[in-house]
Amino acid sequence: MVPEGAAVRYAFVAMGASLGGLNAVRTVLSALPSFFPMPVALVQHRMTDAGGELAFVLRESCALPVREAEDKAPIEAGVVFIAPPGYHLLVEGDHFALSTEEPVEWARPSVNVLFETAAESYGRRLIAVVLSGTGEDGAAGLAAVERHGGMALVQEPETAYANGMPRAAGQAMRNEMTLPLAAIGPQLVALSRQA
Amino acid sequence: MKRKIALAPSPPAPPPLGGRNGITPSSHTHNNNPNEAERLEAIEMPLLLEAIYQRYGYDFRGYAPASLKRRLRHAAANEGLASFSALQDRLLHDPEAMARFLDCVSVDVTAMFRDPGFHRLFRERIAPELRGLPIVRLWHAGCSTGEEVYSTAIVLREEGLLDRARIYATDLNPAALICAREAIFPIRNMQAHTANYQKAGGAATFSDYYTARGDSIILRDCLRHNIVWAEHNLVTDSSFNEFNVIFCRNVMIYFSRALQERVQRILHESLAMGGCLGLGRSESLQFTPLEDRYEAVSREEKWYRKVRP
Repeated sequence: MVPEGAAVRYAFVAMGASLGGLNAVRTVLSALPSFFPMPVALVQHRMTDAGGELAFVLRESCALPVREAEDKAPIEAGVVFIAPPGYHLLVEGDHFALSTEEPVEWARPSVNVLFETAAESYGRRLIAVVLSGTGEDGAAGLAAVERHGGMALVQEPETAYANGMPRAAGQAMRNEMTLPLAAIGPQLVALSRQA
Repeated sequence: MKRKIALAPSPPAPPPLGGRNGITPSSHTHNNNPNEAERLEAIEMPLLLEAIYQRYGYDFRGYAPASLKRRLRHAAANEGLASFSALQDRLLHDPEAMARFLDCVSVDVTAMFRDPGFHRLFRERIAPELRGLPIVRLWHAGCSTGEEVYSTAIVLREEGLLDRARIYATDLNPAALICAREAIFPIRNMQAHTANYQKAGGAATFSDYYTARGDSIILRDCLRHNIVWAEHNLVTDSSFNEFNVIFCRNVMIYFSRALQERVQRILHESLAMGGCLGLGRSESLQFTPLEDRYEAVSREEKWYRKVRP
């Protein structure tokens, strides 16, 4: 156990977005340098029959490699892994796992499922990020993140295209950090340098 | 061999407490410290899986833990129980609860012509190769409620192959097989299924394949003749025939790497030389021990051909 108050070396970034998320995700990822030392997992709600366009678009605005997560893909630092459309993305120790279980709060992939499983694997070393989106996906997951001692960055609802998810996230957690969109990427970089 | 259990036809499960998706890790426990409850679960989960295996022969011990744990929590909530230990007690002593459990932990999400590009490739590249065969054997391993099995039957019929085909469709969940055999599906999904059928290269009138009855449709008998439905558990049963085509989609994602390797060996052993294996959208043979026994027909659409024994 890491003693209370001791500095944490963060090891994993889990990010969730829905409506208006594409622009928000691009803004965050474009602030990350090619030597960003953590893995980034992204759930962006989209149509089940979506193709590979999201990875393609994100690659253009990101210095890190961007991949759609395949089943049992090893978790690698400095790589952005996207949940494939129609699958939940779960963290399972040192690798990802996928599932086609029923949607959670109408969403598959579900931000809650990513956050809850990431919290169980990474505990205090997890940073969860909630960006623009309607609905409340992510809020229940943040409760798990908090229980396991992880931290959360939430997009300031006023700077979000859709403020449902950021608002619900702010209510679900006591210790989240609410930031304007432009400050989230730089904050991740600052946290990644924390020893 | 799987030890057979006397499973009563599964009664409709009672609605889960708090809604199917309303289960948070803290709501299924009476313990005040949720992290403590999770630590207990880490002890209870292997014991529960061992008990199920010893009692009924269903082996979930090699399943991928993250999603299995979620489904076990659903199953416990579904029975109105607060812990995996309580669920273990119930399952050990009540075979009907075991039938409900199987239905609850099996993932039965499927659709006709799901991932249309996959089915289009089967139609355009693989079906033509089957024309020269006197009899065509296909296996849908983990067929769930059968939507993709009937999708294959439709393609084979349109390509003039169905009369010579035997489709073996297997699943471990008897309740799913009962649904599949009936060939009755909700009418509300047919619009999406029709769109998938067309994207998969279907040129006929899709509604000719079924008759509407209230909220449901029933598929025509001509699609049903050459399908053999059977219980088969990829984890504990072995290869039972040689096939020209095997479909195993979104089944192995629920297994750990070690169990996946076992199942891949069964599938490889069950394929004729030159036969084809179709996987799910996010699965691949890359980085698996049997990768070199196959060549990719299409990496994009997850079709592989067996080229080495």
